Amino acid sequence: MATYLEFIQQNEDQDGVRFSWNVWPSSRLEATRMVVPLACLLTPLKERLDLPPVQYEPVLCSRPTCKAILNPLCQVDFRAKLWACNFCFQRNQFPPAYTGITEVNQPAELMPQFSTIEYMIQRGAQSPLIFLYVVDTCLEEDDLQALKESLQMSLSLLPPDALVGLITFGRMVQVHELSCEGISKSYVFRGTKDLTAKQIQDMLGLSKPAMPMQQARSAQPQEHPFVSSRFLQPVHKIDMNLTDLLGELQRDPWPVTQGKRPLRSTGVALSIAVGLLEGTFPNTGARIMLFTGGPPTQGPGMVVGDELKTPIRSWHDIEKDNARFMKKATKHYEMLANRTAANGHCIDIYACALDQTGLLEMKCCTNVTGGHMVMGDSFNTSLFKQTFQRIFSKDFNGNFRMAFGATLEVKTSRELKIAGTIGPCVSLNVKGPCVSENELGVGGTSQWKICGLDPTTTLGIYFEVVNQHNAPIPQGGRGAIQFVTQYQHSSTQRRIRVTTIARNWADAQSQLKHIEAAFDQEAAAVLMARLGVFRAESEEGPDVLRWLDRQLIRLCQKFGQYNKEDSTSFRLSDSFSLYPQFMFHLRRSPFLQVFNNSPDESSYYRHHFARQDLTQSLIMIQPILYAYSFHGPPEPVLLDSGSILADRILLMDTFFQIVIYLGETIAQWRKAGYQDMPEYENFKHLLQAPLDDAQEILQARFPMPRYINTEHGGSQARFLLSKVNPSQTHNNLYAWGQETGAPILTDDVSLQVFMDHLKKLAVSSAS
Amino acid sequence: MNINQSAPPTLPYGQPQPAYPGYHPASYGGQPGSTVPPASYGPSYNGPVPGYQQTPPPGMSRAPPSSGVPPASTAQTPGGHATYSHFGQGDVQNGPSSTVQMQRHPGPQPFGPAPLAPVVSQPTVLQPYGPPPTSTQVTTQLAGMQISGAAAPAPPQTGLDYGPPTSGSFPNSGLYGSYPQGQAPPLNLAQGHPGTQPSQRSAPPQASSFTSPASGGPRMPSMTGPLLPGQGFGGPPVSQPNHVSSTPPQALPPGTQMTGPPGPPPSVHPSQAGYQLQQNGSFGPVRGPQPNYGSPYPGAPTFGSQPGPPQSLPPKRLDPDAIPSPIQVIEDDRNNRGSEPFVTDVRGQVPPLVTTNFLVKDQGNASPRYIRCTSYNIPCTSDVAKQAQVPLAAVIKPLARLPPEEASPYVVDHGESGPLRCNRCKAYMCPFMQFIEGGRRFQCCFCSCINDVPPQYFQHLDHTGRRVDAYDRPELSLGSYEFLATVDYCKNNKFPSPPAFIFMIDVSYNAIRSGLVRLLCEELKSLLDFLPREGGAEESAIRVGFVTYNKVLHFYNVKSSLAQPQMMVVSDVADMFVPLLDGFLVNVSESRTVITSLLDQIPEMFADTRETETVFAPVIQAGMEALKAAECAGKLFLFHTSLPIAEAPGKLKNRDDRKLINTDKEKTLFQAQTGAYQTLAKECVAQGCCVALFLFPNQYVDVATLSVVPQLTGGSVYKYACFQVENDQERFLSDLCRDVQKVVGFDAVMRVRTSTGIRAVDFFGAFYMSNTTDVELAGLDVDKTVTVEFKHDDRLNEESGALLQCALLYTSCAGQRRLRIHNLALNCCTQLADLYRNCETDTLINYMAKFAYRGVLNSPVKTVRDTLITQCAQILACYRKNCASPSSAGQLILPECMKLLPVYLNCVLKSDVLQPGAEVTTDDRAYVRQLVTSMDVAETNVFFYPRLLPLTKSPIENTTEPPAVRASEERLSNGDIYLLENGLNLFLWVGASVQQGVVQSLFNVSSFSHITSGLSVLPVLDNPLSKKVRGLIDSLRAQRSRYMKLIVVKQEDKLEMLFKHFLVEDKSLSGGASYVDFLCHMHKEIRQLLS
Repeated sequence: MATYLEFIQQNEDQDGVRFSWNVWPSSRLEATRMVVPLACLLTPLKERLDLPPVQYEPVLCSRPTCKAILNPLCQVDFRAKLWACNFCFQRNQFPPAYTGITEVNQPAELMPQFSTIEYMIQRGAQSPLIFLYVVDTCLEEDDLQALKESLQMSLSLLPPDALVGLITFGRMVQVHELSCEGISKSYVFRGTKDLTAKQIQDMLGLSKPAMPMQQARSAQPQEHPFVSSRFLQPVHKIDMNLTDLLGELQRDPWPVTQGKRPLRSTGVALSIAVGLLEGTFPNTGARIMLFTGGPPTQGPGMVVGDELKTPIRSWHDIEKDNARFMKKATKHYEMLANRTAANGHCIDIYACALDQTGLLEMKCCTNVTGGHMVMGDSFNTSLFKQTFQRIFSKDFNGNFRMAFGATLEVKTSRELKIAGTIGPCVSLNVKGPCVSENELGVGGTSQWKICGLDPTTTLGIYFEVVNQHNAPIPQGGRGAIQFVTQYQHSSTQRRIRVTTIARNWADAQSQLKHIEAAFDQEAAAVLMARLGVFRAESEEGPDVLRWLDRQLIRLCQKFGQYNKEDSTSFRLSDSFSLYPQFMFHLRRSPFLQVFNNSPDESSYYRHHFARQDLTQSLIMIQPILYAYSFHGPPEPVLLDSGSILADRILLMDTFFQIVIYLGETIAQWRKAGYQDMPEYENFKHLLQAPLDDAQEILQARFPMPRYINTEHGGSQARFLLSKVNPSQTHNNLYAWGQETGAPILTDDVSLQVFMDHLKKLAVSSAS
Repeated sequence: MNINQSAPPTLPYGQPQPAYPGYHPASYGGQPGSTVPPASYGPSYNGPVPGYQQTPPPGMSRAPPSSGVPPASTAQTPGGHATYSHFGQGDVQNGPSSTVQMQRHPGPQPFGPAPLAPVVSQPTVLQPYGPPPTSTQVTTQLAGMQISGAAAPAPPQTGLDYGPPTSGSFPNSGLYGSYPQGQAPPLNLAQGHPGTQPSQRSAPPQASSFTSPASGGPRMPSMTGPLLPGQGFGGPPVSQPNHVSSTPPQALPPGTQMTGPPGPPPSVHPSQAGYQLQQNGSFGPVRGPQPNYGSPYPGAPTFGSQPGPPQSLPPKRLDPDAIPSPIQVIEDDRNNRGSEPFVTDVRGQVPPLVTTNFLVKDQGNASPRYIRCTSYNIPCTSDVAKQAQVPLAAVIKPLARLPPEEASPYVVDHGESGPLRCNRCKAYMCPFMQFIEGGRRFQCCFCSCINDVPPQYFQHLDHTGRRVDAYDRPELSLGSYEFLATVDYCKNNKFPSPPAFIFMIDVSYNAIRSGLVRLLCEELKSLLDFLPREGGAEESAIRVGFVTYNKVLHFYNVKSSLAQPQMMVVSDVADMFVPLLDGFLVNVSESRTVITSLLDQIPEMFADTRETETVFAPVIQAGMEALKAAECAGKLFLFHTSLPIAEAPGKLKNRDDRKLINTDKEKTLFQAQTGAYQTLAKECVAQGCCVALFLFPNQYVDVATLSVVPQLTGGSVYKYACFQVENDQERFLSDLCRDVQKVVGFDAVMRVRTSTGIRAVDFFGAFYMSNTTDVELAGLDVDKTVTVEFKHDDRLNEESGALLQCALLYTSCAGQRRLRIHNLALNCCTQLADLYRNCETDTLINYMAKFAYRGVLNSPVKTVRDTLITQCAQILACYRKNCASPSSAGQLILPECMKLLPVYLNCVLKSDVLQPGAEVTTDDRAYVRQLVTSMDVAETNVFFYPRLLPLTKSPIENTTEPPAVRASEERLSNGDIYLLENGLNLFLWVGASVQQGVVQSLFNVSSFSHITSGLSVLPVLDNPLSKKVRGLIDSLRAQRSRYMKLIVVKQEDKLEMLFKHFLVEDKSLSGGASYVDFLCHMHKEIRQLLS
């Protein structure tokens, strides 16, 4: 094994796992002293081209409380056809199918390269994917038109046997029946009335067929999903119908008087969508896709009144406890989200409006169910169109990059317990021996449900070392963790992916260096950030920042090399060197700072932060800045105001935005039209280079970032200026007027100042 | 039959008798023995019938005023005889029970012979009357009718005395035989009358006496009670002769005397024999003599004597022909008043009967088509009114259809200032307002307040104090006119939008299976072209919408821009709302293709439905909400099949329980099951949402509850039990077309203002009232009628009379807000006689029926019936006591104007609601109950007393409607074919021995036995008879607001039971009394009151 970096990389590639610590402190006490908890980022469905699923079912440990899956770490007695569970040490018989097992004829799950393995389950009903469109009709004409086109387009991307349904809403909620010939039918609901699932199903006429259906289910489990609903029909049957229906979709016809918002019954619409699926396809992969162009203004889940003169709540209102609808609405959507999750469905929200649309209240719908949240200005933008199209992107096998109804189970060896998870999941409340009492994130369980996930969906999983200091682990002992993800593949099969990893234990006192070297500061930064963001949801912003600062200081105290009270002597080893910088940018990030962000934006950013993988998360924490100039090939530069130079083109990727910024000179050149002159073709190329790179990012990223092309002095330049480290501001005189860089008009502290303080505090014996 | 059992009357009767005997002998000669017979009267009722027959005159009563009567009587007698013999047979059949006999001796006849002045009087009187006839007025006045009935006591009881009683019937016949003879002469006389009127006149004594009475009371004595009245009237003014001649056969003696055993057989004896029926008909205010009337009565005693003769007949039964005949009255009125227009320039004029075709010229009072009153002469004080017990009521039909010859009310536009009103009582300008001070002010004719005339309305007065422009302004010269309303009269101060019609169709299993939905959808396609239009508008302004429903509702978007209609299902029936706004209510011509497409598809879409449950209240709610959302008034057409048992507001359960009938709980069958509908109706009214309900039940649907909303919103209910397309298609479609095309006023408020002194206190009809004065009508169509009752709250002034002003504020079909004003001036009187002389029995019955039908909601049916009887008895007793000339208490004396009151009232009493037969369902009763509530006078008239038309009696060439016959089985001859109609049902009764040729030409089958019983359509055959009959059926249908389904009934067939139910003069299976019996009973009641 080469360096830890390589080891980490390899582990990530193979298992989709990154641990904050790759050598684990062997006792609880030591672990707590490490400041950064033992945790990992898990990408359960990480795309692996080299991992064809095996066509049989996993072998489970026979101990009822364990049920771990046979894995390469198990000890196998080939003669006795026995294997020992590496978690509970139970000795198990191999099942009859494994009688031919020998050292040379091992099943895949015993081979070390299959520390991650995927099983395909043949049992059970194969239910088609379900897509239920919930469409807001209170849109501007062109917005609605664009949305209709996108929806029509999406029909062609769906697999032919997928079921689709359509609910439209405005003042009323209409559930469209898709099977009918001739007259188009829809069931209409009042937008102001909260209905129970039972009522909804009764009103949709679903309850009666449900009776025979249940009988049918018990008799012929295969049959039921296909017979039922008039509201959900296979695409191949009704795509013409639905295309026409979408084409005829009109704006909400109810008059909106001057000074009022249109009445939008988002809350009821969602409730009906949830109720509909709940009644017809429980525990079947389904996406409820909500397209909304404004805030819910009536009924349960309303976020703002219909009077335009009362603006939608801001952070300021929330702090002042002035957001009168927020609590109730949030409760409504939380209730819906939990029901949806219980049924294994997920909710996507596509909110396109210039003002807020209530994402703050609705965020739980996506966060709990693993749905997507997309925020844009209008449905008539490429941001929405591309993003939406990307939902239906396919992998190399032609399958959607989405999976449904996953259950993630985590098993640990005895020295560890599970503290919790942060990510787009919901607890299944399965208490077990390996569940810690101390919660980090969503805890108290060893199983979580992830109703919708894709290959990049990443969870932060936090552990607690419970081994007591006085019960040392024998040298060379390894701790093991098994992640078992059962899910519905987009090809509708049930699959189980099993990842089993092991790490060495080390005694923190004697082997601190090992532990230190095995620190993955990137993973740690993201994991700590998730914790911070998680706390920010429920705590006051400043408290979270203080907590983060304290953690950072403690980490520096623990792992820094310094002389007491001498800040100049402070050093951090390589494996920690970037960490404070991440924290600096994290503190400034929109995940923790609400200033300048609307509550909706904050929710949106946090949503994505909690589900993206490590690379993307890092970009979010600390945007990437590339510089293009005549001085050399494009190069990454420091995210610092000093990097803003007149003769440079900068490309910044913050994950949510791609900003191309032309330095002052470049901008002038372009204005002068040099790029059009044949003799300055190189300038043209220079201008083009960042555009191409940006395109590349745009192509791959989900959701598609906001693309900003600006220049020195442009109003949009703020996107760049607000991100860079304000090393030069109007406050530090020495930088003022200098040729290099651009002063940022801010009172924020710069990284330099931040680091100075950090060092001072770290070396201070007072804290 | 209660009557029979009540013995009490014996005594009273007994007393009067004495008088009789004397007379009898005199008049009848042989009959004197009759004194004895009276005893025989007592026993049984049934008997009377035959007795009655003897005296043919009954029918006459009304039409020909006194003068006419006499001749008539004579004329009738013959007929009477014929029938009589008939009866004899009938008696035999009834035999046992019918020992009682009522004699109704034709007043005239006996009198004629009787030398005594009194006795003679009648016949003679007739003659004298004749003279008056000289004055050739058509108006018919009837002399009082006397009916002296002697009931033959039940054989056993009086057996000894009467020896014959048992055989009574027979002897009767024998007597009769003789009787007729006796009568014959008078007949001749009578007949002679017409011919030789002059001679009659010559009959000096009477004439003289007459005049004298006219001059003063004194004369009375000389006159025979009954006659007198008649004389008084007819004598001078009326030229009855015309009358007589016209209806020679039926003519009644002026005073029809009925001697019959009244209800109480036991009491019968002499008294019974004696009781007289006085009918004083004074039609027009015309007759001066009337006033005298009162006084003449004293003469009544003579009456007593008259009855005498009948007594001689006692053994005989009361002759049905001798009791007042509705047919006769109707015919007479037709003949007398049908030819000349009714001009409304005189205060307190009694209009012709509703059954008479006449033209109206509006010259200051509203046409009787709009308003009819129970009395056109109102007592000045409440004391008098209370004494008379005659309800003061007006039956108002504000939007009544007019014949093409009459112009609909002028529309007056006063521009922005709006109609001119009294500042205090808010009455609208009308011809009775008095302009004073040279025209600068006017005094309100209702409250006497003096108001300024606004400058723009000022006009000079002429020398009579009338405005110079009075004849240019409808509101100053006409009884009925309209104002254009200003915005102040509109809801929310906004002119209304044009109204909308919403068709709401039940598409549950039953409706689909019966073929209703398909039929309806097909029909609607063409029907939509005939929505009501205003004036000459090219297309209707009314928008339409469609909803179908079972236990959920389906709304349809039929916007013209759509290629296909869109269906929107609302399942939230608990909390109904309208799912769409734009495209629900559309203009027919714009959305024609979409609508057609929808109507094509509805039957297909639900063809396979299994849904049997329906909702009801949410449907109405939805329609109402839709109108609310569209901010307009309108009408919902609901087509509903079953009891709404689906879980929803207004859910009903089957609570039909026949065991409740005749218990104190019976009323619950008429009450709504839940208050929800009342509340809903209230909301509907507030929105101007009128609901028309078409029911197609296969079983109990609880009409009582379902009809609450239609009832309160001014809608109609139609019921087609066990609907089958083949059989009921025509009826349903015809009703539907008519209902859709009807002119309707929406969102209406009606207010009736009256002169100080009386006040409108009670209202009957299809409407809602949230306070005590304003009648709120979500919709008011041309057939809807409101009956208003008035009570005194002060004195009225004889001079100024009493004024009524009915103001109806409504939205027209085109969405115009208008005020329709009807004014009517009535006379006031201090004498009861004036009141009785100016009454209208048809209107009275209309009121009483509505009153009773409302009563069943709160009281046991028995109580309601008793109340009716009591009231009727009080009315008649009051008359007897105060207006009729003194006479033997045994005489039944009826006011001329009310002589049909007993027969009609009996019809009301035995109607399905008040006395249900075994085959009448709870739903039927509730249905009829609410139907009657908004009927006008003509409808109630024929509904309670059906028309029975012989088809084969008159020659085929005769194209006019054949004269009706009385609704009694004995009027049917088995060699004839009859049509019977009551406005709802239409029967064609075929006698068993009808000529084959007739059968062939009418039914296209070879013999009677081949006729399909229950047939509902006559084959279209090209022969005169077939054409005539079908033509007649068509014309009958055209007269009625609802299509009458034809049912062919063969004599002796089981369907005949159904038919017989409508022969209202007969005893009904459910226990309803026959006319004769009832009359006796009434007499008994009256006597009781008098004693």
